[in-house]
Amino acid sequence: MAGDKMKDRLNKILRAGSFAAAIAGFLILSARAQDTCLECHRQMEEDLQTPTLHIEADVHYQRGISCAGCHGGDPKEEDPDLSMSPAKGFIGVPKPQQLPAFCARCHSDVEYMKHYNPKLPTDQLAQYKTSVHGKRLAKGDTLVATCISCHGVHGILRPTDTRSPVFKANIPKTCAGCHADQKRMAAYKIPTNQYHDYLESVHGKLLLEKKELSAAACTDCHGNHGASPPGLSDVAGACGECHPSNRDLFEKSPHKEPFQKAKLPQCAACHGNHKVLPPTDEFLGVGEGAVCIQCHKSGSKGYETAAAFKALLDSLKAATVEARGLVKKAEVAGVKVGLTKFDLRACEDVIVHSRSELHAFNLADFRALIQDGMTKAERVKKASLVSLEDLEIRRKGLIFSAVLILFLCIGLWLKIRKLDRERENPSVKS
Amino acid sequence: MRLFSALYSWVGERVDFTPLIYLIKKKTVPAHRHSVWYYTGGMTLFFFAVQVVTGILLLLYYRPSAEAAYESVQFIMTEVKFGWLIRSLHSWSANLLIGALFVHMFSVFFMKAYRKPRELTWFSGAFLLFLCLAFGFSGYLLPWNKLAYFATKVGTDIAGQVPILGHSVLVFLRGGEEVSGATLTRFFGFHVAILPAVATFLLLLHLLLVQLQGMSVPPALENNPNKKSIPFIPHFLLRDLLGWLLALLLLVVLASIFPWELGEKADPLAPAPAGIKPEWYFVFMFQTLKFLPAEILFIPGELVGIAAFTVGGILLLFVPLLDKNPTGGLGRWISRIGWVVVAYMVVFTILGYLWPATK
Repeated sequence: MAGDKMKDRLNKILRAGSFAAAIAGFLILSARAQDTCLECHRQMEEDLQTPTLHIEADVHYQRGISCAGCHGGDPKEEDPDLSMSPAKGFIGVPKPQQLPAFCARCHSDVEYMKHYNPKLPTDQLAQYKTSVHGKRLAKGDTLVATCISCHGVHGILRPTDTRSPVFKANIPKTCAGCHADQKRMAAYKIPTNQYHDYLESVHGKLLLEKKELSAAACTDCHGNHGASPPGLSDVAGACGECHPSNRDLFEKSPHKEPFQKAKLPQCAACHGNHKVLPPTDEFLGVGEGAVCIQCHKSGSKGYETAAAFKALLDSLKAATVEARGLVKKAEVAGVKVGLTKFDLRACEDVIVHSRSELHAFNLADFRALIQDGMTKAERVKKASLVSLEDLEIRRKGLIFSAVLILFLCIGLWLKIRKLDRERENPSVKS
Repeated sequence: MRLFSALYSWVGERVDFTPLIYLIKKKTVPAHRHSVWYYTGGMTLFFFAVQVVTGILLLLYYRPSAEAAYESVQFIMTEVKFGWLIRSLHSWSANLLIGALFVHMFSVFFMKAYRKPRELTWFSGAFLLFLCLAFGFSGYLLPWNKLAYFATKVGTDIAGQVPILGHSVLVFLRGGEEVSGATLTRFFGFHVAILPAVATFLLLLHLLLVQLQGMSVPPALENNPNKKSIPFIPHFLLRDLLGWLLALLLLVVLASIFPWELGEKADPLAPAPAGIKPEWYFVFMFQTLKFLPAEILFIPGELVGIAAFTVGGILLLFVPLLDKNPTGGLGRWISRIGWVVVAYMVVFTILGYLWPATK
């Protein structure tokens, strides 16, 4: 009985819901049908028609917010004087200085935004005001980026849409639209080579060539709505968002304080900022391409320490290469390697770990780590050699068998000779 | 011995062996300065028997799939007791079998043993040679290692060059457009089911014909008034046994000096390593195709090469029908051509290994 009641109730709710949805759909469609803004602007030419060209793809339009939703006015009125009357709330085209607040009427309204996307942040305007763009705009600089500079206008796509200018892989190009423009940037006296540098960087190659969306784009270090260059002491914080282990190690390293005093930009001092090249082991030490010698000159203690770090890492790498070669030799030969491969992997892990660990610049700890790796490499080498000895045992066994077979051959040959003699001369038989 | 005698008597009371025993006791084999070549057939048979026994043992552990084949061979070589030995013997014996087959075939060819009435023996033998080459080609892929994978790719690519049917043959052999797990599975099927079934039938026919017709004597010695012969038992049989033992000795020596490797696992996505070659018995053909120009009279060079080898195979098969007068001028010319073919095969095989490797 209770079940039947529940079913009845559910049916009623479903019927009511369907009816409401039908009404809402009808209202939206009729509202669109009566959208005189679009009807008129579609028939106009050039700039006045442009807003209508991509409006169908606009995320706002798709959720029922048409022209009047932002610009005000009454889209039901046929007469342009009435539809675009200030009395009907018509605002018209906002000036650049007005744009952030213009968009923020909705996007900063927590209650309102909940209806569309409860997860969407509503602090964009507050963040923007702290950005270099926002601060300059407040001072009357209308050349700076506002919302539409990055998101576009009258065809705004979700940031997850691959066509959107703020889709992760499109961000560098979007920022470069202004920041690589020498003419535009001349007034600000800032470089315009960031995009070019970024293209060569490990992040750029990962994001733009390999389409690895977890790789850093401009906004990952500079922020998006609150975009600003990280301060000297904030660089490790920005890099550390993705490389926390290296950041923590650097924070407690002996480099932290001198870097601060020398106003060196932490991670960027050795790795660069926009042009973060794929790090190689040659960064370390005192050889060609080493970054340590930028500060530590020959003869200094730091110079010696840098050389010691590099020598330790190289020794482990050499031992690992040798161990790997022996494991491969044994494997290809078809002798048992089994768990040795796990030990080899552990040895290779130590190399990876040591490349990170060196950011603490603690020679004693580094040496202990390398020693651990060397012990593992030695174990792998010994185990592989023992495996390869099996080949020798097999070989000796086969040689022994071959000797036995050879004796058997000789015996048989002698028997044949004897039989032949007996056959040729039957008297020999007796 | 007493048990054996009792068993023999028990069976003898039920089945009359007397004619067979009489036949075996009376059977003789010609003895002359070329009779050493008679033993090459026995050695080939010995290697075939080694293949059957070791192949069955390998089957107990081998798994025919792209995911498991390499690992199963690795398991055989590292975990199974004497698995390394069985695998090494199987691989070496396969190569020695083909080698012995070539020697046997050419000895029969030059001694004109294919002449009437032994044409059927030659036909069955020639088909057995082709079958063994197919055994070798299909078996080479089974460990699913890098060299085997790309050699199969190159080999099936060549088959794909044949006009009209080529692509269909390639797809049939590969089980698709590319060498994949499907190729491995069907090569396994050919190697352990189809080829052995046909080979067993042909081998039995070949041996039966040899027993029925006896050994052929070379034409030059046929009319010798002092023809000699030796009894089949024990004189010939013991010599044959010595040939088998020598074959086993060679097999063991090779397996000990050059243990057959497992190689690296095949990676279909990896680029082909430089200097990919098929098994040695295909190298003379492979090298010829490499030397041929891109086009010969508007026909792709490779196609001309494939056609030439096909014609060569057909001529070889029908030699008994072509050689109408083995002891006359035509017969001598056929022998001379045979020596040229042997020299060509040897030279091009050597060239195949010495020529600089290209990708």
